[in-house]
Amino acid sequence: MTPRTGGMALLTLVILLLPLVMQNAFHYDIAIITGLNAIVCIGLNLLIGYAGQISLGHAGFFALGAYVSAILTDRWHWDPLAAMIIGAAVIGLLAFVIARPILKLKGHYLAMATLGMGIIISIVLNEESDLTGGPDGMPVEAFHLFGWEPSGNLTWYWLVAGFLLFSVWMALNLVHSPIGRALRAVHGSELAASTMGVDTLRYKVMIFVISAILASLAGSLFAHYSGFLTPSEGDFFRSIEFVTMVVLGGMASIFGSVIGAAILTILPQALASLHDYEMLVFGGVLMGVMIFMPRGLLPTITGFFTARRK
Amino acid sequence: MSLLKIENLGKTFGGVVAVEDLSFSIGPGTVYSIIGPNGAGKTTLFNLISGLYTPSTGQVFLDGENVTGLPPHLLALRGLSRSFQNLQIFFNMSALENVMVGHHLHSDTRLFPSLLALPTIAREDRRTREFAAEQMDYVGLGDYVHADSGAMPYGALRRLEIARALATRPRLLLLDEPAAGLNPSETREVMDLIRRIAADGITVVLVEHDMHLVWGVSEHILVLDHGCRLATGTAEEVRHNPAVVEAYLGHQARGR
Repeated sequence: MTPRTGGMALLTLVILLLPLVMQNAFHYDIAIITGLNAIVCIGLNLLIGYAGQISLGHAGFFALGAYVSAILTDRWHWDPLAAMIIGAAVIGLLAFVIARPILKLKGHYLAMATLGMGIIISIVLNEESDLTGGPDGMPVEAFHLFGWEPSGNLTWYWLVAGFLLFSVWMALNLVHSPIGRALRAVHGSELAASTMGVDTLRYKVMIFVISAILASLAGSLFAHYSGFLTPSEGDFFRSIEFVTMVVLGGMASIFGSVIGAAILTILPQALASLHDYEMLVFGGVLMGVMIFMPRGLLPTITGFFTARRK
Repeated sequence: MSLLKIENLGKTFGGVVAVEDLSFSIGPGTVYSIIGPNGAGKTTLFNLISGLYTPSTGQVFLDGENVTGLPPHLLALRGLSRSFQNLQIFFNMSALENVMVGHHLHSDTRLFPSLLALPTIAREDRRTREFAAEQMDYVGLGDYVHADSGAMPYGALRRLEIARALATRPRLLLLDEPAAGLNPSETREVMDLIRRIAADGITVVLVEHDMHLVWGVSEHILVLDHGCRLATGTAEEVRHNPAVVEAYLGHQARGR
């Protein structure tokens, strides 16, 4: 069994067994939010960890997906699935249009450009109050699939789990294909990649669009799950949170992104009992991990075990 | 018919002329060396030919086709590949994966079959893996097939770059100082390797400071000085050209 199928089996097992230990609606809520965050982080890790391109604006795509779903279903009474797919397509197109100019930038300049992009999206969501309800937020219709309406936490849990497993599977397939190798080559040396025949801009744009589409789909599901949206879903701090999840879990590690998302979703809740000291401990954990495990949690741990086997 | 033809090629950076009105052509199946003192414009010339720089003036023809200003990946598609003077290894990958990237143009890179992991993708990738291992064997890196690129010695990395460039199946291979930083025995191995590559029908253009290597492998030599052609000809002709001896090789060459 390769690490890839083994990891997939382990993740499936954890997802299947979790309902046995989860006791109340609050636990399910955290699990579902973890799953949705993880989907965004998988896409973002393809961009940051594999292709080596930073984005500080991905919460913008998440929120756009959420709002497109909300507006199409609430104001125009679209079918939620159709709204979700059309939303993903439109946001994919938007990402494509944005990506071509900004992915010619490198390093800090790219970070600034994506940061600006996220802030613009956030401002639009706040200001277009006729459509979005502005800072007061807007309600979202319940999700339904061909007449079937997922209600209750357990149903939503399985829906998000299925989507998460599908995203992990596709992301793993991609990174283990020649395309994944081309992405890592772009990360390693753009100069050498291009002389090896890799159209570097095309691959950067491709993975940017894929990650935006994943964020948009997760956003759509989030909108229907939570039933109410505010523009804070798309603000700068959410973008930073996604990047932190990717970095904490491990760059260029798909399973690491799931773990990073889980930790950063669960930890603030677990620390809530500490009241005033919550952010202090939270920051301390983050700093500790990055100082002692600079490659991120999962790569460090797997590296430790493979080194011991030798 | 020449494989590579350069016509009136020039490149200026601001007010600095790096390459000026340079014309020459390279026949297929030869080893062609470009020498000259530091700052003569050799690497600039390489960057112009390989599409990293856009020429200020002049044109580049590859096998009769005007390829002036084409980006590197389109030149790779037309059979031009290169190595770098300052190593450009993908240190985030294993040695073998580095070479596999060289096979990119001949791999199946369709998005949807890759996302769905269709069996054809995996099957073809196994062939790519074998092909890359053969290339590593060919340049004498058989022992490093399973190595991490970050754990390889400098001399091996130089050859890894050549293996990666060969994996693109080039017709024209540009080698930018492949012997820089190598010891004499490693340099001899590189010399043998260049001879083998040329014998297999790949045209090699070489920029090199190590004169043993240049004399050892080159059929033709172009001598650059201040971005202009100082001399050209066979190795013997250039070696005995008084202008070259004076301007570039100096007393060291006469002493040999």
